[in-house]
Amino acid sequence: MSNKVFAKGLAAALAASVALVPLMASAGELVIESWRNDDIDIWNDKIIPAFNKVHPDIQVSFKPSAPTEYNATVNAKLAGGTAGDLITCRPFDASLELYKQGNLAALDDLKGMDNFSSVAKSAWQTDDGSVTFCLPMASVIHGFIYNKEAFEEAGVEVPTTREEFYAVLDKIKEEGSYAPMAMGTADQWEAATMGFQNIGPNYWKGEEGRKALIDGSAKFTDKPYVDTFAELASWSNYLPDGYEAISYPDAQNLFSLGRAAIYPAGSWDISLFNSQADFKFGAFPPPAAAGSDTCYISDHTDIALGLNAKSPNAAEAKVFLEWMTGSEFASLYSNALPGFFSLSNHKVEISDPVANEFVSWRQKCESTIRNSYQILSRGTPNLENELWNLSAQVINGTLSPEEAGKSAEAGLAKWYAPHQ
Amino acid sequence: MAHSGPMTDWRKAKLPVFAFLAPATIIYSLFMIYPLIDSIRLSFYAAPSGEELAFVGFDNYRTILGDPDWSATFWNSFWNNMKFFAVHMLVQNPIGIALAGILSLPQLKFRNSYRTLMIMPTMLSVVIVGFIWQLILSPVWGVGTDILDIFGLKSLFGPWLGKEGSALITLSFISVWQWVGIPLMLIYAALLAIPDDLVDAAIVDGATHFEVFWHIKLPLVLPTVAMVSILTFVGNFNAFDLIYAVKGALAGPNFSTDIMGTLFYRTFFGYQLQLGNPSLGATVASLMFLIILAGVLFYLFAVQRRLARYQL
Repeated sequence: MSNKVFAKGLAAALAASVALVPLMASAGELVIESWRNDDIDIWNDKIIPAFNKVHPDIQVSFKPSAPTEYNATVNAKLAGGTAGDLITCRPFDASLELYKQGNLAALDDLKGMDNFSSVAKSAWQTDDGSVTFCLPMASVIHGFIYNKEAFEEAGVEVPTTREEFYAVLDKIKEEGSYAPMAMGTADQWEAATMGFQNIGPNYWKGEEGRKALIDGSAKFTDKPYVDTFAELASWSNYLPDGYEAISYPDAQNLFSLGRAAIYPAGSWDISLFNSQADFKFGAFPPPAAAGSDTCYISDHTDIALGLNAKSPNAAEAKVFLEWMTGSEFASLYSNALPGFFSLSNHKVEISDPVANEFVSWRQKCESTIRNSYQILSRGTPNLENELWNLSAQVINGTLSPEEAGKSAEAGLAKWYAPHQ
Repeated sequence: MAHSGPMTDWRKAKLPVFAFLAPATIIYSLFMIYPLIDSIRLSFYAAPSGEELAFVGFDNYRTILGDPDWSATFWNSFWNNMKFFAVHMLVQNPIGIALAGILSLPQLKFRNSYRTLMIMPTMLSVVIVGFIWQLILSPVWGVGTDILDIFGLKSLFGPWLGKEGSALITLSFISVWQWVGIPLMLIYAALLAIPDDLVDAAIVDGATHFEVFWHIKLPLVLPTVAMVSILTFVGNFNAFDLIYAVKGALAGPNFSTDIMGTLFYRTFFGYQLQLGNPSLGATVASLMFLIILAGVLFYLFAVQRRLARYQL
């Protein structure tokens, strides 16, 4: 049996390596650069075949690299002239810089671009909004995923206010058979992304606070930000022992093995839990304080596709991009990757119940994006990287919430005029 | 070398000498010297967003050594690197020497098995080593807690890789575990070259094995030990892979595991939303080169010349 499994694995590995071999793309073959190496099967088995049904004459191949190395890899490839035809775009500055360097082509005249709202496009536009250089693909939403069985065993309901949320955590901790919350600070980014940016919008009132930070009327030393850090610091009571050395995959496994009750999530985690967790799970948005009338969620414009300005196959690439603006792609992508929500205006039915729950929050809560992404991570020290470090330290207890706020503000004040 | 034959006629020999030297010289110049010089050249340039590279003199160096944020980061990574090096010098090399001494004992059985086992980690990929040790030390799945539990020491276990105070030391020990085979092999080879009659004479005179090692073998292999030290120094100050594999380029928590290699990577290639800055990165690389050069020169002039060498 195990031999068979091994042989299968070997065959799969061989097949995968063969599939990756054609590095020398034939003329006219479109190459997509991406950091989504988890999605290679979806592109090869679903998206590209669907495109080829309409355009059988255009060959497309999806060539992802490791997420943490993607920016460096693509920058180097673009500089060396060996990058693929279509470049997956990170939101905001990383892609804006590529456009400014002349590596990405303007896409305003692309047919179907009007299927996207201006908010959707804002992450891939010049600061004045005059040029759009990537085609918005999807956003990700933050919230909490919970183990329904654990909630039943502890006899708790899904919390709707912040007070209830901590009451639930206390009760699960008391009951003792589950770790109340599965997260660690070893990789640092979860602390900032799934922690700070997840619960924060309820404090700084979403877009209002985010824009206030950009125009300088709000500071990280203000109450909403210090309070966010303070709430984050309280999480250390609910995380598993040794959370300082627990990495992101560790936390995912803790939850999918049924050892933790609540998982601070990005909606992209849904597909992993669908395939690995054998219990029922649901999701709830970051709970706002009792009595507040509006809730805010982080609905972060995360991924887009741009055209390499020096692509020899620009005409074919545009055909592909135009196809991507259609409803077929929107539905295909949102359903193949539950947790990545199409940014187009097409009405898309999502069959996954948890993904559907996530996207339903768009109706009842106000959407915002991560506050460090637009403009504020342009200088040195880099705000996003600072927030990783500060959020992790606040949870580790090596930095007080006030000090964290001061440190983030000092970093911004160093280079960003509105904060000086 | 008086018996090595008739004096070489250099005028006749010129062509073959150059012909034999050429391939190595050309390849070395093309792939080592030229990139090194070009990287140093790049450190004197800067490219503000969207503009062409322009010569800026020592501006980049002033930024890294003078700007409070940059210099704090730079010196933090330098001192972390010194600690990393110190652990290797104080732990890896003495263990390597001791193991080599034990391996060279004449009555040792299964010598080859031990030797193979000890050199094994060196042949593993750093990524695998990092992964294995992360698993062993994981507070969730690790066998670390169970092993300590056997000795009743479970309470001593901590998330060492995640604590600011212990992360760097833990990573240094992992690196020591991986690389201890190198000093072991080099010193073992040097020990084997010591003629048996020296050892036999000492034993006949009543010396114990430890005395033989301490008073005869060790002084004879000191030049090799010195060479191992300089290799350790160069290797440690160029290190990057283990830290990157375990902690990522942000070298957390709070940059406590940041060494010069990770600082260079972050600066040159960028990280997450931070965009890469090739010219500042080249400046960090040049400073690393200068630090390593200073260390090697110190070794050449202060250490190597004073080493006593014995003709065996």
